[in-house]
Amino acid sequence: MIPLSHFMLISAGLFCIGLFAVLTRRNAIQVLIGIEFMINAAVLNFVAFGKYDKISGGGQMFALFAIVLAAAGVAVALAIILNVYKYFKSIDPSKTNTLKD
Amino acid sequence: MGEEQIIFYFFAASVLISALCVVVMKNLVRSIFLFFVSLFSLAALYLFALADFIALAQVVIYAGGVLVLMLFAFMLSNRELLNSLKPAGSGFKVNHFAGILISLLFLFILVTVIVKTDLNQLDWMQESVPIHVNDNSTHQIGIHTMTAYLLPFEILSVFLMMVLIGAAHLARKGGRA
Repeated sequence: MIPLSHFMLISAGLFCIGLFAVLTRRNAIQVLIGIEFMINAAVLNFVAFGKYDKISGGGQMFALFAIVLAAAGVAVALAIILNVYKYFKSIDPSKTNTLKD
Repeated sequence: MGEEQIIFYFFAASVLISALCVVVMKNLVRSIFLFFVSLFSLAALYLFALADFIALAQVVIYAGGVLVLMLFAFMLSNRELLNSLKPAGSGFKVNHFAGILISLLFLFILVTVIVKTDLNQLDWMQESVPIHVNDNSTHQIGIHTMTAYLLPFEILSVFLMMVLIGAAHLARKGGRA
């Protein structure tokens, strides 16, 4: 039996690793991976709490929804990154400084 | 310490170490493959929370979908994209220091909160029924999807179609994006 707090500590660590990637990486794909880590940390918390809730099953259901939303987010984000590269010839987020044409 | 604990902490260490490697790695292809390792170990952790279906969905969607998508986006793009991914300047930047500081402080806050909270004495946890190892949680998820969570499920399906159209529109060749 794994205590709930250990799940939460792992997810806290994973979240901070993702936060670090988002703050410091200079490559949009790695920033995206950082965001995915943060989402996965949240999903781990959902699942860990969902273990104690069999009747309404909220934890596991929303974990499933969060995974699907994250996958949808990745698909759009990668399309945007490819377009940003086509326009700016770089995917460094700090170099893309305009939104309009 | 039983086998369960040993396997759990092995996978937990695997998640955290490979995630850390993903983040600090300069080589993007290596970091994407390590991302794969990290997601797989995370699926193993979901199994320890008795969420078999979520673990399966994690493997199918992330390892099967997201990762292949990332590798394809990476490999279908031209050579200049790959070249532009090389780190422009090496060395320790102020940017890095601030990032490390913020993430460590945030980790400190989270860990303090988790350690100070008495997680096993929460009110709702006293009344609720925990999932048992022998329960068929996939069956339960199916029932919940079609009863209590039907509205989010339908919204999600419409949303997924919007995303599909949007991504296809954004990624199409030629024309104005």
